Amino acid sequence: MIDKYDAIVIGAGHNGLACSALLAKAGKKVLVLEANDQIGGAAVTREFTDGYKVSGCAHLLYKMQPQVEKDLNLNINLASKNLSTKVLSKTGDHVTYRGNKVSGVSEGDQKNFSEFFQRMTKFSDLLNKYLNKPPPRLGTKNKKDLFTLAMLGFDLRKMGKVEMREFLRLIGMNIFDELDERFESPLLKGGLSLDAVLGTHLGPRSPNTILTYLYRMAGKHGTLSAPKGGMGAVTNAMSTSAKAAGVEIITNAKVKKVTIDKGSATGVELDDGTIYNSDIVVSNADPKKTMLELVGARNVETRFTHRIDNIRMNGNAAKMHVALNKLPTIKGFSESDYSQRILIAPDENYVERAFNPAKYGKSSPLPVLEVTFPSINDSDLAPEGRHVMSAIVQYAPYQEKSSWNEEARANFKNDIFSVLKQYMFDIEECSLSCEILTPLDLEKEFHITGGHWHHGEFTLDQFMFVRPVAGSAQYQMPIDGLYLCGAGAHPGGGISGASGRNAAQVILKREKK
Amino acid sequence: MTPVGINTGRLRSPFYPRLAELDSLNTWHNWAGYSSAEALYCEDMEYFAIRNSTGVFDITPMTKYRITGPDALDYLNRLVTRDMKKIKPGRVAYAIWCDDQGQVIDDGTIFHLREGEYRLCSQERHLAWLTTAAIGFNVTVKEETAEIAALAVQGPTSYSVLKNMEIDGLETLKPFGLIHHQIFGVELMVSRTGFTGDLGYELWIDPAKAIELWDALFEAGKLHGIRAIGTHALDLARKEAGYLAPFEDFLPAETTVRTGRTRSPLEIGMEWLVDFNKDNFNGRRALLKEKAEGSTWQLVKLDIEGNKTADHSYIYADDKKNSDEIGYITSAAWSPVCKQNIALGTVRAPHGKPGDILWVEVYYQREMQWNRVMAKATVVDKPFWFPARRGATPPAPF
Repeated sequence: MIDKYDAIVIGAGHNGLACSALLAKAGKKVLVLEANDQIGGAAVTREFTDGYKVSGCAHLLYKMQPQVEKDLNLNINLASKNLSTKVLSKTGDHVTYRGNKVSGVSEGDQKNFSEFFQRMTKFSDLLNKYLNKPPPRLGTKNKKDLFTLAMLGFDLRKMGKVEMREFLRLIGMNIFDELDERFESPLLKGGLSLDAVLGTHLGPRSPNTILTYLYRMAGKHGTLSAPKGGMGAVTNAMSTSAKAAGVEIITNAKVKKVTIDKGSATGVELDDGTIYNSDIVVSNADPKKTMLELVGARNVETRFTHRIDNIRMNGNAAKMHVALNKLPTIKGFSESDYSQRILIAPDENYVERAFNPAKYGKSSPLPVLEVTFPSINDSDLAPEGRHVMSAIVQYAPYQEKSSWNEEARANFKNDIFSVLKQYMFDIEECSLSCEILTPLDLEKEFHITGGHWHHGEFTLDQFMFVRPVAGSAQYQMPIDGLYLCGAGAHPGGGISGASGRNAAQVILKREKK
Repeated sequence: MTPVGINTGRLRSPFYPRLAELDSLNTWHNWAGYSSAEALYCEDMEYFAIRNSTGVFDITPMTKYRITGPDALDYLNRLVTRDMKKIKPGRVAYAIWCDDQGQVIDDGTIFHLREGEYRLCSQERHLAWLTTAAIGFNVTVKEETAEIAALAVQGPTSYSVLKNMEIDGLETLKPFGLIHHQIFGVELMVSRTGFTGDLGYELWIDPAKAIELWDALFEAGKLHGIRAIGTHALDLARKEAGYLAPFEDFLPAETTVRTGRTRSPLEIGMEWLVDFNKDNFNGRRALLKEKAEGSTWQLVKLDIEGNKTADHSYIYADDKKNSDEIGYITSAAWSPVCKQNIALGTVRAPHGKPGDILWVEVYYQREMQWNRVMAKATVVDKPFWFPARRGATPPAPF
């Protein structure tokens, strides 16, 4: 028997690290157990081929919560910041947007974009306020919950009748209709459509895509930056902060199960049989993995298990990493343009069509892409004079292993390259090696059920009061002492640390009692 | 387009041809999709067959689920409130199961047929719940209601009747035990179970051999007063035994709409079936909370003065200051064998402790005119009918 910890955190992802650091800062003796040999979860820097490194999953920072940075004294070294988004045109007439400014479109579109941006930031600010606190419970007499609910109502009303109506009109809506109504530039509409559906199993015509867009904007209004050294640098900074606060982190420690006695968590057992004891177990793993694998249906109720089992969390985004001997040629691109965020989403219908086959379990023959060349501003990522491309490719639905066989992978790669070639004719000559991580690989690599980056779709039925499931939105699971702190809990995915911070607050408050 | 024939009528049990021959009242009702006889020729005579000789009741419509797989035991232990680890192969457990809020969904019997192989039987259908409960378990739940024909053979002479059929191991078969016996080239399962509170057995067989079994049984019982019976006789017998019927004494939790209409096991006198010391089971957290905070309702068995059956009556406390009703009767009958006016009811806790005196407001009609009587009732804790022969092994022969 090893001495007892005040809290054990399963998984050293950004949320697990944020949570552990905050618990340790409050004087708790905290142990973090990470299954992989490096910390970071899906926020890691990955050497995919000799000398070439990229962010293994998400590659741009836009959601890191200032409160988390402050609480953890994080100093994230940025390779580039305030990036523009460039939506590629085959003819070189690209559309570029950043903040409330857009170029490459008509004057009318520019004006409308500014208005659109203003309204979206206003709504996302409202949303953001509630992302950084545990969601209130419904149907309770708890004063704090009732107060938060009243505040939410008040904040909505405070926007004024017109804006509140507009908010309520938009919140459940699809982004396609809104964009079509406002803008004429196909590229602008394509780019904004992709912004709304990135990392989701949604097309721009799917209801709820305004909400996902607002979620993207929440916090930093979509301002983009890239950490120096890749995403692993962010989690390394977090782990430094956590260790400074006294957190113990063990890697290569795969948790087999949460040990439970009479409905209370007592610690965890590793694959190798090692047992660590603690009355508080915090899981950074996704809700399905946590409840169905680590806890087991045996230990929780039937309807609860059913709700967990029904969480929609099959990933639909693939990650592609390419080692390049030189940067490919993009028509009309200046040198600095290559370091921006590059989208291939020629119009809003193209994005929707890319989504169509995904509904039936097939990858897109004409995929949409979010491309970055992080090595331009961060030379450590590739050997001298060489580069890496990091791209998010949609759609690549999570499928059985047999469906993602060698042939399917090769076809998908060909499809991606034929699309890329239309914008970067020499891409094939430039590429030295290429890795594609489908949701199936992401599941295996990062232990995320279904390979969904957000640990569950970000949709109204899996949002706020009902994230991960109804009745368990306040991080506490129906096992005494067991909490969720990952993206599967409120508010959701994106490298923000918000779930971890909120969870730590809940745990510390409960422990006081 | 060719019309497709869909049978929207009631199913018939494989015993139907024999039951129909004996039936002279033609009163059939729907039981889980099957035609089931309320009475065949005289419900009083049928009742007395249970208590004085042998009554045979067709329980084929009883829903049956086969539960198998490596996690079968774990699955059942999460499903029901009692500890299934204690139920060895060859044993049967009466059990109840609850929803997440600790409210009773139904009760039933679980037969541990062979190592790791179980059959769950209940009056109502529960495939949806049982399937949902299987999420996360390596277990197969198969509905097998139509694949097994079953008869309840109940009454003091039932042992002798079955002895005449030369069923091996009957002498040593204890209550809640089961044995497998070869007959007509198939397996007959015999369990010492029933819904009458009397000595009795249940026979389970391939439907193709149902008629052969019936004929052999009635041949074996012809000198022991064997009679087919209907639901009404059985219902009276179960009330005497203090057994609960879903939709009468409690509502399956999944069927209620209004809050507060469900009951927890603690509220229907089933605390003895709830094992808080075993690992987690569905509803445990809610029931622990209820146990600590107190229940809202209490099931009562009532011995009521007089002979007016107290169907659906209000129940009052023995307190002049409290004129509000505290509950109501859910099942009531004049018990011929106990010579008692008996009832089951539900009252607000903490009323209804054994020995409490309560008052029951009974309305009865005499030649069109309604009369009302306030009858004194005593809360009893034992079943009204519990003969020694029910537990005797071997039972006495006739």
